[in-house]
Amino acid sequence: MNLDLRMPLGLMFTFTGALLTAFGLASRGAAIYALCQGIDVTLCWGLVLLAFGLVMMMVGSKGQKQIESKRQLPQPVKTRQLRQGR
Amino acid sequence: MPNLTHVDWLIILLYCGFVLGIGYALRPYMKTSKDFFQAGRALPAWLCGLAFIGVSLSGPEVIGMGAAGAQFGLHSARFFAIGAIPAMIFVGLFMMPLYYGSKARTVPDFLRLRFDSKTSVLNACTFLAMTIFSAGITLYAMARLIQALHLFDALFFTLGWPREGIFTFSILLSAAIVMAYVLLGGLAGAMYNQVLQFFLLIAGFLPLVLIGLSNIGGWSGLRASLPLSGIGAVHAGFSGLGLGLGVGLVLGAGYWCTDFRVLQTAMAANNIESARRAPLVAAVPRLLLPFLLILPGMIAVGLPTPHSATTVTTTADGAIVHETTIVPPEAAQGNGLVPALADRHTGKLLLNANGQPLLDYNMATPNLMLHFLPTGLLGLGITALLACFMSGIAAGVTAFITVLTGDLYKPWIRPDGIGAHFIAVGRWAVVGFILLTVAAAYAFAGFNNILDALLLVFSIVNAPLFATVLLGMFWRRATGHGAFAGLLTGTAAALLHHGLTLPAAAQPGLHGGWIAVLRHYSDAMTQNFSTALLAFSVTLLVTIVVSLCTSATPEVKLVGLVHSLTPRPVRANILWWKRPETLAAAILLVAVALTLFVY
Repeated sequence: MNLDLRMPLGLMFTFTGALLTAFGLASRGAAIYALCQGIDVTLCWGLVLLAFGLVMMMVGSKGQKQIESKRQLPQPVKTRQLRQGR
Repeated sequence: MPNLTHVDWLIILLYCGFVLGIGYALRPYMKTSKDFFQAGRALPAWLCGLAFIGVSLSGPEVIGMGAAGAQFGLHSARFFAIGAIPAMIFVGLFMMPLYYGSKARTVPDFLRLRFDSKTSVLNACTFLAMTIFSAGITLYAMARLIQALHLFDALFFTLGWPREGIFTFSILLSAAIVMAYVLLGGLAGAMYNQVLQFFLLIAGFLPLVLIGLSNIGGWSGLRASLPLSGIGAVHAGFSGLGLGLGVGLVLGAGYWCTDFRVLQTAMAANNIESARRAPLVAAVPRLLLPFLLILPGMIAVGLPTPHSATTVTTTADGAIVHETTIVPPEAAQGNGLVPALADRHTGKLLLNANGQPLLDYNMATPNLMLHFLPTGLLGLGITALLACFMSGIAAGVTAFITVLTGDLYKPWIRPDGIGAHFIAVGRWAVVGFILLTVAAAYAFAGFNNILDALLLVFSIVNAPLFATVLLGMFWRRATGHGAFAGLLTGTAAALLHHGLTLPAAAQPGLHGGWIAVLRHYSDAMTQNFSTALLAFSVTLLVTIVVSLCTSATPEVKLVGLVHSLTPRPVRANILWWKRPETLAAAILLVAVALTLFVY
């Protein structure tokens, strides 16, 4: 397939991570974290997912470039065709 | 009732948008039938491996692992390891070279190459029926979960729709999403989303386990709080030998080695070495994931059981406030966060023979999510659960259309068809499959335990097929007539056994005993294991006897199809530590160590 999966995977986790980070920042110290020992887990986990998403996107974009460059290479000519002068 | 906020819904919608987007992005590449049905056989080993594990972690299994954790503790991890790890190594090292190397498109196609067309058609028909039933069970379980989590209650209340419609709405919505992305992206679309599901599962469950453990007092707190610690699967009504044979040999190996829904992901690899590595790559997370999926169940049962209570507080202005928390009877009669099981129609609590309430272990993981996960993470956790259900159904769809089109339609109806025609037929088959699955979801409404229903289907279809494939690959004397007779009698024996036996306290019908009740089993799981063992043994025996009575296939025709007649690939250019055999040995060592010291 000509789509490097790490691109959409990274994009999805970047969006999700950004969303959680933003919400975590806005809700710091709120009562919803009472069962999480007071730790703003949404912010922490959001940052982890954001970092994972960005790394995946970076690796994926490299992979996608390689796929694209392979696609643009000329197709190998069959030996028999060469022998026949075609 | 959960308090899903806009952030949670945004995450759920984001996931739905991405799965459809991936299907849309792959659509331009669906040019040939090989692209659509086999993902062009162009995917790398890591992707195939993660899709391989993604298929096996469908919704019922994820919920079931939490339920097993709540019921049997960490011992249940051994149950999952026996069933999976040796079989995954076996399929990677010994079976995949034959499946992939023979250029078979599907398992029935392999049976056609190894034996004959009649064996292939018989297997194709039973497989198609199995995928419809399995996907129907998964869809049914997903709709029940959505109902139990009250995800659409607010929407239905706002729109003034009757709450009874939530079940049908959930079924139709999830079926429509799966249908859309398989129609667009074919097998590749399904596999890409299975990998997405794998990462979502980790992202959704890891914070749940960490928060749960920190609340219960860490590992030592968990062990101290478990009322059932030390109780293993032996107490579930089946012996250790039965567990080993039933789960490990027949059902586990039958599933991993012959179920095309799983194997199609490895067979989409870009070369034979990648195809061999895919099950081994999948075995690594399979070793570790039980911690993530079983622990939520253990934590749920280890927490205090909620009870109705009234607290009296005095406010600053001297007013006395009485605050009463009412807990539903199911929760109050439960164990920890695992509620008691109530009859769906009457609402009355179901009791066991001792008069104690039966527990709804399937709600252990979802209830823990609702209890601990704060806004945002709750949306992520629920998205992970929904993703597991949808990717499980998608695996069924892609396997169904590949077998229907390639093994029945193409050879018997349109042998002269072209690729575009088969893609069109495959797309129509997707629509047909989804409609049949929705119907099957309603048919399985009578089953209380979804895992029992799945095991029943596997024991009738996978167990006899495993014997046929095993003999086909490793015994050159097995013949087409022998395989056909064995598969037919094995499947018939499984059906007959189900028709003549019944689990205790079940009514004759879907649960068994639909011919006559000659024997009662202690529970449905024991009945299913016995069905599987019987089907496997009958197939093995009949295939051997009939094969010896019929003329052997010339060995020259079996090269590439039988292990002993297939030349070993030369791997002088692959470093020893990069070889699949080395990876397999390392996985086996870790599995043994985990089983001995942790599980």
